[in-house]
Amino acid sequence: MSAVFNEMQGPAPAAPAGAMSRAIPHANLRKQYRLDLLFRHATRFFAFLVLALLGGILVSLFVGSLPSIRAFGLGFLVSAEWNPVTEKFGALVPIVGTLTTSAIALLIGIPVSFGIALFLTELSPVWLRRPLGTAIELLAAIPSIIYGMWGLFVFAPVFSTHVQPLLTKTLGSVPLIGALFQGPPMGIGVLTAGIILAVMVIPFIASVMRDVFEIVPDVLKESAYALGSTTWEVVWNVVLPYTKVGVVGGVMLGLGRALGETMAVTFVIGNAHQLSASIMDPGNSIASALANEFTEAVGDLYLSALIELGLLLFVITFIVLALSKLLLLRLARFEGQKT
Amino acid sequence: MFTKIGSSSAWTIAIVAFTLFIGGAPAVAAEITGAGATFPYPIYAKWAEAYKAKTGNKLNYQSIGSGGGIRQIQNKTVDFGASDMPLKPEELEKIGLLQFPTVVGGDIPVVNLSGIKPGELKLTGPVLADIYLGKIKKWNSQGIASLNPGVKLPDQDITVVHRSDGSGTTFIWVNYLSKVSQEWKDKVGEGTSVNWPVGVGGKGNEGVASYVQRIKGAIGYVEYAYALQNRLTHTLVKNRDGSFVAPNIESFKAAAAGAQWDKAPGMYLILTDQPGKNSWPISGATFILVYKMQEKADRAKEVLKFFDWAYIDGDKLAQDLDYVPLPDSVVKLIQSSWKSQIKDVSGKPVW
Repeated sequence: MSAVFNEMQGPAPAAPAGAMSRAIPHANLRKQYRLDLLFRHATRFFAFLVLALLGGILVSLFVGSLPSIRAFGLGFLVSAEWNPVTEKFGALVPIVGTLTTSAIALLIGIPVSFGIALFLTELSPVWLRRPLGTAIELLAAIPSIIYGMWGLFVFAPVFSTHVQPLLTKTLGSVPLIGALFQGPPMGIGVLTAGIILAVMVIPFIASVMRDVFEIVPDVLKESAYALGSTTWEVVWNVVLPYTKVGVVGGVMLGLGRALGETMAVTFVIGNAHQLSASIMDPGNSIASALANEFTEAVGDLYLSALIELGLLLFVITFIVLALSKLLLLRLARFEGQKT
Repeated sequence: MFTKIGSSSAWTIAIVAFTLFIGGAPAVAAEITGAGATFPYPIYAKWAEAYKAKTGNKLNYQSIGSGGGIRQIQNKTVDFGASDMPLKPEELEKIGLLQFPTVVGGDIPVVNLSGIKPGELKLTGPVLADIYLGKIKKWNSQGIASLNPGVKLPDQDITVVHRSDGSGTTFIWVNYLSKVSQEWKDKVGEGTSVNWPVGVGGKGNEGVASYVQRIKGAIGYVEYAYALQNRLTHTLVKNRDGSFVAPNIESFKAAAAGAQWDKAPGMYLILTDQPGKNSWPISGATFILVYKMQEKADRAKEVLKFFDWAYIDGDKLAQDLDYVPLPDSVVKLIQSSWKSQIKDVSGKPVW
């Protein structure tokens, strides 16, 4: 706001405050004041408009899902049944699918993005930084349906013939996690969806990480190097703590995309409302269930159950954002104790 | 999701605006609107194009899905609704709608088995039901092998592929399975989408087709035109009269011809498991919904004129796109139902 005010005063930059009020005619000043007021209210209006939109969406989702909430109550969250014929609906399978695919995406995406950002800021020759960085940002611009088609037509066949049998043979016999990798190698399922999502979130997380790594003052890094730190020690003990807010923000951005991604997931997740222990088996996610079933949902309860799924996605995203804020607060508290 | 809907309707508006712009139709030309099923969209669009060239009258058809079509006609935002799943007579009565079929299509089981040629594998309704119930798990199991002596069936797991979106294609499929298998009827039932006991879901015919093509040992069902155009490996299915038939225009026609439309109240008739030596057992018609009591009689008349033209002059266009036109006897029946049932506010027949 003050920047704008300064700009309006542009013609008399050097004049001191007292002299200026005499120099500018009274009417002119009043006009500026009115414009300033208008501008302030306009910006406030737009800021609150976003809030109102958010509230409006939330309310309409809630009203739309009322019939389903009345019919199924909290049982909606824990029931794995999804039967349009008998109109019995439960959201467990899509919720689990959404969370699992997003978790797989982050599990793969975060280390890879960290490596990319580390390479681009610390290790890469200078001439390579720009083209590589641009290439990664371009990945973020590819429409998600392209990822879905690539996943189904290119990735899934290769994955099913070469990777899945290998995973079943090796990890499948490991106790505890072995059950995750059982099942016929179809190339379509929760794991495939998670991997495609990882490819999709990497550009987001990597470019945010790179941007925040770049703002670390050279003085800090050089001091650490001067003390004899290795590159890894500098990144792990200096760069990462300095940029943790930005890094967590980047991860959350990626997670937000993973949770809500629709088309790419629909192509490869298998769209089956069945709960399975194995991540090789087909499943469903909230967004892809909505995309698949919204157009042909006959009957009020069916439609309402789908809207409640949308509401749940909203709630899950909200919880995830709140948790990330809490995480940052906790990190900040530890800092306070140290100093 | 909401942005998805928003953008698709924005597209529709843009396309409609664009066609209005390039069409530059005279102001006197009537314009009728319809919305609903996606399955007959290609032929409705083709008919609309030819009809406009001939009469100057325009039809805007939005293929938003059968469920959407039923909602739209209930809200009276369109002149007619379209649905792949016929409404039951009592539902029609409640809303005050008349329903009539336009074209016939059908579902084809398609498989991905190495060494099996199109039309080589023979299946029956009960076997299909058991496969889709997850009771038959292997291709070389007794149930399939006994139907196919001399065919070398692999020792391979069956992967069932179904539609993930609600669809008229699914409705015809599960309606057939319900008719031939009591267990299917009790456990799963019928509808445009159901609670599938096993399998993976592909979005749209193209989704099912690509899953079947990717997954070895897969079986799926797609709409006839789709199987034809993509050269998928179809199977023969045993019909009610006990003969194994191949899916083609002739066997669909046979299924439509054997149907007794005059004895179906509200034209509620699903062409699955129809009698007739050559009839394809998994056929189905797609339907149009209009109000019996028309507040805007002139618009209703334009709608009926369009379909009247389509029944008479549209047969060839339909066959070009691999849809099966209705037999003339059925068309006569439909036209007489227009005469007797569709009235304007004063009670005068519209047609």
